[in-house]
Amino acid sequence: MATEHAGNAEHALTPSSYIEHHLSFNAQPVSDGAGFWTLHVDTFVMSVALGLIVMGLVWLVARKATSGVPTKGQAFVELVFGFIDDQVKNIFHGNRHSFIAPTALTVFLWVFAMNAMDFLPVDWVAGIVSFFGGADAKWRAVPTSDINTTFALALSVWILMIFFAIKVKGLGGFVHELFCAPFGSKIWVWPANFLFNLIEYVSKPLSHSLRLFGNMYAGEVIFLLLGLWAATGVTGTIAGAILGAGWSIFHILIVALQAFIFMMLTVVYLAMAHESH
Amino acid sequence: MNINFTLIAQAIAFAVLIWFTVKFVWPPLLKAIEARQKEIADGLAAAQEGRSALEVAAKKSEVTLTEAKQKASEIIAQAEKRGTQIVEEAKGNAKSEGERIIAGAKAEIDQEVNRAKEGLRAQVSTLAIAGAEKILRKEIDAKAHSELLSKLAAEL
Repeated sequence: MATEHAGNAEHALTPSSYIEHHLSFNAQPVSDGAGFWTLHVDTFVMSVALGLIVMGLVWLVARKATSGVPTKGQAFVELVFGFIDDQVKNIFHGNRHSFIAPTALTVFLWVFAMNAMDFLPVDWVAGIVSFFGGADAKWRAVPTSDINTTFALALSVWILMIFFAIKVKGLGGFVHELFCAPFGSKIWVWPANFLFNLIEYVSKPLSHSLRLFGNMYAGEVIFLLLGLWAATGVTGTIAGAILGAGWSIFHILIVALQAFIFMMLTVVYLAMAHESH
Repeated sequence: MNINFTLIAQAIAFAVLIWFTVKFVWPPLLKAIEARQKEIADGLAAAQEGRSALEVAAKKSEVTLTEAKQKASEIIAQAEKRGTQIVEEAKGNAKSEGERIIAGAKAEIDQEVNRAKEGLRAQVSTLAIAGAEKILRKEIDAKAHSELLSKLAAEL
């Protein structure tokens, strides 16, 4: 939130270079040619570390889970478990425990943890990274403000969706549904049905991923703009700090809400794949 | 904002996390929660059972108590009856015993009277003989008439 760092820049720091620095990834080529074969090390390290920490903590509790009087940690984990399980139970009517409910738990906790990195003051992260890696070192702390992360999740869900659709209905049933739903099985509506389904299958991962990405990216940009304001002087610093605090508090809601929406859409898409029309 | 290899790396990370949760996180939690739910359900059922058992026992104890009271009053009534019976019996016994004693005494008295009569009779005959002897001494020989006299005495 507080962004004193922006003010005392050593070398000519313009607003655009400040924002550009904060919005660039620590991209490293993994192969000779750049382009596609680049890895955002910051995104990847942060997300994997968060995933390991969050799911590891839950695992530590789950490993020693007792049916007797639970510890406070177990009670908390069970609270989350019950919350997710209830949501899935309302949407998906099948054996949810074998795959869909655990997936929902993973998505919710992981996305929540990644979103929550937005609470780290942007300039503190930049300060720590430039302390170790020099002024040009880049590090973006919020993996979900990287389109690669959200798109990876949405695309994985999309693949699972098609996998379950084929698994439940068979390949024939899946293709049949592509052409015969939602308008009927008459041959002259086949193109319309196919076009409809095509749009649906394309729009699902796009809306799924871009919603989360857009929210987190916009949140980060607003923090940066408030940081820029702080560079204008004392008044700007105070106003920026107050607004930054307000935005952070509001962001608690957005972080939780977007994680919840992402989880719910995942469950809904996977549940829809199990239903035949 | 370009799509690159990060996408694939993140997808793999996602897959691994899902696998981990499906395999290691979800089952123990589910097991613990379901076991607890079952325990609670069993406990509630046991409590319900206990409550109904208590009700049955209360009813049974009431019945037993009533029975015991009835039996006790029966026993008391019987004892009273038996008591009066014993008293009656004792009374009867005492009466008959008294009558028997009285009858014995009466018989003894009769016997005594008879003996006294015998004695008197013997004495009267002796006296009569003595009187007659005194009278007849003068006129008859005692020897000649003693046989007659003893005959007379025996007849008395």
